[in-house]
Amino acid sequence: MAFGPHLLLATLEGLVTAAVLALTALGLSLVFGVMRIVNVAHGEFFMLGAVLAWAVATALGTHPALGFVAALIVAPLVVGSVALLSERLVLRRLNYDPEATIVATIGLLYIIQQLALSFYGPEARPVTPPFSYRVLLPWFGYSGYKLSVIAASALLLIATWLVLTRTKIGLVMRATQYDREMAQAFAIPVERVYAGVFALGAMLAATAAVLIVPISQAHYLMGQDPLLLSFIVVIIGGLGSLRGTVVAALLIGLSDGIISMFFSPTLAKLIATLAVAMVLVFRPQGLFGTTAR
Amino acid sequence: MTQPLLTTSGLSRDFGGLRAVDNADFSLMPGEIRAIIGPNGAGKTTFVGLVCGRILPSSGTINFVGADITTLPAYRRVRLGIAYTFQVTSVFANLSAYDNVALSVQRTLTDGRSRGAVRTGAMKALEQVGLADRAGTPAGQLAYGHQRLLEVAMGLALQPRLLILDEPTQGLSDGEIEGFVALIREIARDATVLIIEHNMPVVMQLAHRITVFDVGRIIAEGDPAEIRANAQVQEAYLGAAHG
Amino acid sequence: MTEASTARVYGLHAAVVAVLFALNFLLPDYHHGLFARILVLATFAMGYNLLFGYAGLLSLGHAMFFAAGLYGSGLAITYLGFGVPAAFIAGLVCGALLALVVGLLALRTSGVAFMIVTMMFAQALLLTIVYFNQWTGGDQGLVLQQASRIVTIGNASVDLTVPTVRYVAALVLFAVVLFATLAIVRSRFGRVLVAIRENEERTRMLGYDTFANKLAAIVLSGVFCAAAGAAYALLFGYVGSNFASVQYSILPLLWVLAGGAATTLGPLIGTLFIYYVTDIASSYTSAWLLIVGVALILLVLFAPKGILGAVRKRWIRWLP
Ligand SMILES: Nc1ncnc2c1ncn2[C@@H]1O[C@H](COP(=O)(O)OP(=O)(O)OP(=O)(O)O)[C@@H](O)[C@H]1O
Ligand SMILES: [Mg+2]
Repeated sequence: MAFGPHLLLATLEGLVTAAVLALTALGLSLVFGVMRIVNVAHGEFFMLGAVLAWAVATALGTHPALGFVAALIVAPLVVGSVALLSERLVLRRLNYDPEATIVATIGLLYIIQQLALSFYGPEARPVTPPFSYRVLLPWFGYSGYKLSVIAASALLLIATWLVLTRTKIGLVMRATQYDREMAQAFAIPVERVYAGVFALGAMLAATAAVLIVPISQAHYLMGQDPLLLSFIVVIIGGLGSLRGTVVAALLIGLSDGIISMFFSPTLAKLIATLAVAMVLVFRPQGLFGTTAR
Repeated sequence: MTQPLLTTSGLSRDFGGLRAVDNADFSLMPGEIRAIIGPNGAGKTTFVGLVCGRILPSSGTINFVGADITTLPAYRRVRLGIAYTFQVTSVFANLSAYDNVALSVQRTLTDGRSRGAVRTGAMKALEQVGLADRAGTPAGQLAYGHQRLLEVAMGLALQPRLLILDEPTQGLSDGEIEGFVALIREIARDATVLIIEHNMPVVMQLAHRITVFDVGRIIAEGDPAEIRANAQVQEAYLGAAHG
Repeated sequence: MTEASTARVYGLHAAVVAVLFALNFLLPDYHHGLFARILVLATFAMGYNLLFGYAGLLSLGHAMFFAAGLYGSGLAITYLGFGVPAAFIAGLVCGALLALVVGLLALRTSGVAFMIVTMMFAQALLLTIVYFNQWTGGDQGLVLQQASRIVTIGNASVDLTVPTVRYVAALVLFAVVLFATLAIVRSRFGRVLVAIRENEERTRMLGYDTFANKLAAIVLSGVFCAAAGAAYALLFGYVGSNFASVQYSILPLLWVLAGGAATTLGPLIGTLFIYYVTDIASSYTSAWLLIVGVALILLVLFAPKGILGAVRKRWIRWLP
């Protein structure tokens, strides 16, 4: 293949990565933005979504599209409930203390990972895509499903954005984010907002995972990379900024796709990790963010 | 004529659009007890924050014993002899009263040897404020008035040339205030004292001179009698305070 | 503070070391080997505790300092033909330099950002080790030959692969770091670290350069952890990239939390406790990650002060 088409292919792959990453990172970013806590188990919510997608699709076993749609509904709901439960049982009791929360969510990470290993096993398993249409480009054919992942993710991002900016729920969330005490004074049920945001963050990760399993299989360790990449995106995009998150996801997704096609993926990750650490050290508000209030 | 201990010229600080301290020219002679008064939000805490380096100025300069300290980090200013006690009580709640003061004392000692010197110095500072019998109590478990005194002891133990006290009598009982006034008089024998205070009787008893702040600006300065007589001050502050 | 309490404190620590020495002769084989390992890992935990417990800086990347010592000495032996003492020192130097650089950068941040930055630096070191797998052996790691783990002093030679020698060497390391920690936390420097943990702004306003003090704490902590890493390489003869993984950044946190942060003996108790819990549990189930996870959550929820923290609060107030 010539360089041009090769680059196009890398770009398309990068866009798919970016699409899924944007959804996952948005979940992390919302939780951090509103609750001021870092959820280290976020990657495991992603993994859980993928594993559940496989379980649902396999259990139904009928037409792939039916299984997939069922997974798209069931997996986020189950993951959301798991998140809700852990918020109730653990995070709330810690009063969302940032350090204690990190330790607790590390614990959660290990628990979810181990349960997945015990019940799902160490194998990587695929889920059949809901359709197998291929788009024929002049140079190569490209999976129609991958293109639809990009579209679906874009739609979900727009929907989230509308909810955040145009609805009462969004207003309540932003008020809580801006000033917790003040929100409480205005009779906003802060605890319920927190629970809702935590569940929503987990559901976004689970949805992203369901979208990606037909492309890259479900595995109990698959949560680690999305966690790290989401951190990177959230940090570069500026904590709690939706627009920054999307831009950073595009940046990271595309460069990850392109760099790992031409260079060693380990080197790409190494450089990205160091770059992000430096951003955090020298520009803690992120590349696109402004200083927090 | 002796040289001033502290001078600021054209000192300003903005918070966003708000000018909390506006073009303050201020000077303080060694040995003085100076009070700063002014309504809530006048910029008093911000002003002394600029002097001790907790806050950096937007413009202007600060001079301490002849040296320009405008850009010096706070801890270096403390070492030059500027001690600051917080408006909001800020002792180390989980450490004993002794350890709180010992932290001050050990910093002033240059030889790294003698454990005894820290002990002597710390107990002396605690005795001076009358807390010697509470040395082992965690600071957070002391009564509020005692925490304020501990705060002063920590400042004292730094052996400062300039001790800045931000509303030290806030929340103290009348009896405690009386003891406190005596304590400040005693401290002022060795150090210059800059005290922000809302309690007028205390100000009038203690201060040699008074500086009045209003909306970030210094609107008057003089001895207690002059300030009492100043119409502008009465309007801005005393009038408001006495209804 | 007083002479009597100084004697009591040092006496207690000396007694602990003496008991551990006696165990060298009493423990059955299996536990003897386990204990040698625990002593090295407890040293790692003590290094972590200095920064986390006393200075109040929660790092999620301490595996990098352990790995710096591990690879510093392991690579020096494998490729530079260093002897055991020189390799050990090489490990310490690597740890100190890494801690200095990481400290200078990471200390510009605080709180959550500090945790993430340290985690990222550790991740970068892990990726570096994997990237240069030609030399480091990558995931497989390197095995140090027995011949390279014999110390020759004059005519006498000490073979670190002999279990008793290994145990005693581990104990010596542990004891040195234990007493060093004890001396530090009882010193003026130790008091400043605790003050920074409790209220950094106030400490600064007492005239302390808090940045410099925190940097010193990171470097000391890094050196202790690197000492543990170097000892691990020399005593157990294996150098592998999993010691640089996130897991080995989390484990010292878990050990310290369990034993009691900001207690000198807490890291030993915590490491022992968690090691044996996982060891016993793994004879019933292979789900040891589950146990680590549950333990972490239970600890932050119900025993945030850890075992010795609770003991100190209820019974023995003078415990350092
Ligand atoms: N960190 C800050 N950020 C933004 N605004 C601030 C900050 N600190 C002070 N201000 C504002 O600057 C003004 C001066 O505040 P300052 O605390 O100096 O007043 P003050 O004279 O000490 O009042 P008080 O008598 O209530 O202690 C106030 O309007 C305050 O809201
Ligand atoms: Mg004030």
